[in-house]
Amino acid sequence: MTQTKFAAVSVAPASVRLSALAWARDRLFSSPLNILLTALAVWLLLFSLPAFIDWAVFKANIHASTGQQCRETGGACWAFIIEKHRLILFGTYPYDEQWRPLIATVLLLGVIILSGFRRFWNFSLIVMWTLVLVVVAVLMWGGVFGLTYIENSLWGGLPLTLMLATFGIALAFPLGVVLALGRRSKMPAIKSICVVYIELIRGVPLISLLFMASVMLPLFLPEGFTIDKLLRALIAIVLFAAAYIAETVRGGLQSIPKGQYEGADSLGLGYWQQMRLVILPQALKVVIPPLVGIFIAMFKDTSLVVIIGIFDLTLAAKAALTDQVWRGFSVEVYLFISVIYFVFCFSMSRYSQLLEQRLATGYQR
Amino acid sequence: MADAIISMKGVNKWYGKFHVLRNINLEVARGERIVICGPSGSGKSTLIRCINRLEEHQQGQIIVEGTEITNDLKDVEAIRRDVGMVFQHFNLFPHLTVLENLTLGPIWVLKTPKAKAEADAMTYLERVRIPDQANKYPGQLSGGQQQRVAIARSLCMSPKIMLFDEPTSALDPEMVKEVLDVMVHLAQESGMTMLCVTHEMGFARKVADRVIFMDQGEVIEQNTPDAFFDQPQNERTKLFLSQILH
Repeated sequence: MTQTKFAAVSVAPASVRLSALAWARDRLFSSPLNILLTALAVWLLLFSLPAFIDWAVFKANIHASTGQQCRETGGACWAFIIEKHRLILFGTYPYDEQWRPLIATVLLLGVIILSGFRRFWNFSLIVMWTLVLVVVAVLMWGGVFGLTYIENSLWGGLPLTLMLATFGIALAFPLGVVLALGRRSKMPAIKSICVVYIELIRGVPLISLLFMASVMLPLFLPEGFTIDKLLRALIAIVLFAAAYIAETVRGGLQSIPKGQYEGADSLGLGYWQQMRLVILPQALKVVIPPLVGIFIAMFKDTSLVVIIGIFDLTLAAKAALTDQVWRGFSVEVYLFISVIYFVFCFSMSRYSQLLEQRLATGYQR
Repeated sequence: MADAIISMKGVNKWYGKFHVLRNINLEVARGERIVICGPSGSGKSTLIRCINRLEEHQQGQIIVEGTEITNDLKDVEAIRRDVGMVFQHFNLFPHLTVLENLTLGPIWVLKTPKAKAEADAMTYLERVRIPDQANKYPGQLSGGQQQRVAIARSLCMSPKIMLFDEPTSALDPEMVKEVLDVMVHLAQESGMTMLCVTHEMGFARKVADRVIFMDQGEVIEQNTPDAFFDQPQNERTKLFLSQILH
């Protein structure tokens, strides 16, 4: 009977909904400093937002057919983006064939999104990826089924950025995990190789790696043996990112208590079983936030391939700016590609938060 | 001893300069239940952790089920399949459900089919009296429940020997009994060889065939529980017992 009594007393207080005024007093005007900050924020918004909206919406021009016409309205010239969107999105890919990279991009995005759902984390995912990769390759290169052959030096724009980022992440991640395990290995040779590799790569900027991949690598290769420029850039990105991923994953590995290794040992699990089934699932979960940080940085760093002349989204945007008829609309173009980059990076960020929640299993650290 | 399942001869171990195990000679008969006690830092945990190579001994010979423990990884893994261990801090895998914790070893080490491993796991969960928690995560259970899951996890490997490393010392007082009950039941029903590091003297009296007292890395005294508690021979044993049996 006492139990029911206790239950009656221990009802949690109903969460109180603050009125708008009370909320403002509580959150915005609670101290002199807070009042000052609130005023500053309001002033900044009033100062910048109306002018921006005026420029981007009310004075914007979406119908002009030349730069001259566009300039007359005094606002954003979205007509330019509309005119050039195919160049920006697909780069130098032959104009009449641009439906191919479009479909390839949609397919790639589709399979990336599906990979995010836990219910596909099984064999079907491998099948799906293999199929999509084959179809994407056929679409992009062509040369079969009556599609004209397009060599990959003509690829460009968003599909290229997307592919560099996707394959970059997909290859750098396992390499980084192996390097992290290697750095914690008890075998001195493996450990030193991993340490030297990680420290060496982390000590150089990505730009110099890209230069090395594009300029120096061919010098070392035997006569007549060439690696495709795109592949070289991808290798540089993968090697670079793997070093950072390795250090992040190592941090995760170090956060796993010794008891977990001993528990796994006592069951007779071998080293690789232990890592795969017990240690890595926990270690990687811990490092989801910094890991996704690296992935986001990688996505944006693909724009550095412009320096070795690969026609990614950024370079395609620059190319659009060189048109004599449409001069001086760089703000619009850079805003446009920024929005594209943002959508991808923000999605990754949100997904990582979702994943963290989904994988939580009651142990709060 | 004719049918020794564990045999240790002249085992020595150092942590740096600290001599943690001194010339240990120990024979454990099949089905024997041994309780090891002693003051903190006496090397009792280290001793049983040497039996499944969680710790390396530097001198002497340890033979478990006819296999000598050496650096050979295959031998060590084979021995670990036969030796279950229950830890002070449970060491359950927090990212797996209780059922997955129990079936991990059988599926990956013993190659038991998943359905059979799960059915077996459920019988062991019933034996430790928590079948209803099978699909929860360890973090959602109480300490006593977690330790019982840990015992069940070891049993799922059908070990020949069970090692208990202070299984109740990290538990809240009201949960000690539920774990000890499971251990007593295990000792009385299964005829399992058990080595248990514990200060639960009631448990020792109830189930142990032999009590071993260690101090400063040495086995000081060993005897049947009744003789050990009622007529301790060594001064250090007497002192220790007077301190724990208030």
